[in-house]
Amino acid sequence: MRTVKQRILSFLGLWGVWLLLTAPWNSEEAAAGAVVALLVAALPFSAASPLGDLRLGPRALATLVAYFFVFAKALVLSNLDVAFRVLHPRLPIAPGIVKVKTRLKTPLGRLLLANSITLTPGTITVEMRGEDIYVHWIKVADSDPEGATAAIVGGFEKYLEVICG
Amino acid sequence: MNETIGAFVSLAGSLFFLLSAIGLLRMPDAFNRMQAGTKATTLGSILFLLGVGIMKPDWLGRMIILIVFIVLTNPVSSNALARAAHAHRKRIGARLEPDALAAADEGKEAGHAG
Repeated sequence: MRTVKQRILSFLGLWGVWLLLTAPWNSEEAAAGAVVALLVAALPFSAASPLGDLRLGPRALATLVAYFFVFAKALVLSNLDVAFRVLHPRLPIAPGIVKVKTRLKTPLGRLLLANSITLTPGTITVEMRGEDIYVHWIKVADSDPEGATAAIVGGFEKYLEVICG
Repeated sequence: MNETIGAFVSLAGSLFFLLSAIGLLRMPDAFNRMQAGTKATTLGSILFLLGVGIMKPDWLGRMIILIVFIVLTNPVSSNALARAAHAHRKRIGARLEPDALAAADEGKEAGHAG
């Protein structure tokens, strides 16, 4: 079941990229792309295996859409925050590496969480060991693991938990 | 109309590139320069590519693919750079207060020796 799901998802992903690349569309190109994407998705290797962790229920899909907006908002806010620090005459930074914990279990969930942390300016994932993530933070507001977890991970984790546990 | 909106979105994106370049010059060490640098690749390139996509609607799909690839690959390289910088933190004179990762490493080595 899991392999069927990951093959369907990799087919949709490959075909989606093809359709975006070939716009404006015509039906022959779209059909040729679908055939090739189907062949690649059916190949017996598991390059797309983390995709199998994605949940596809209606609640998970709604959360995926919500996560997109939550992430966009975090991206804009943290960009403005770092821009403010860069332009401030006294350069108000207090960098450090803090340890945060994640409740996510699946490789895809942890991948998305670590990448979301890195993509929002102000925080960079340096290392991940088991459930501990070490994050470089441009202005350490709370060096205690629980407080740092709530500040850095909290907003993303509750969505990712629904999407891919 | 589309041309104007797209031009302004691209302009906003390049503003973030400018801020990022200023950040690269002002920040004191490798980690903080990377913090300023991620600004360029995230909001900067996303807005810039979206602006081009709005100007030329035929290209919008291609621009979305570019954004997706940047969003997927940028954190991987940032993470590798951050790990490398942390391994050489004394040589590059990085000020890290606190440094939970170094503390964890020392704890592990001490436990191993004892």
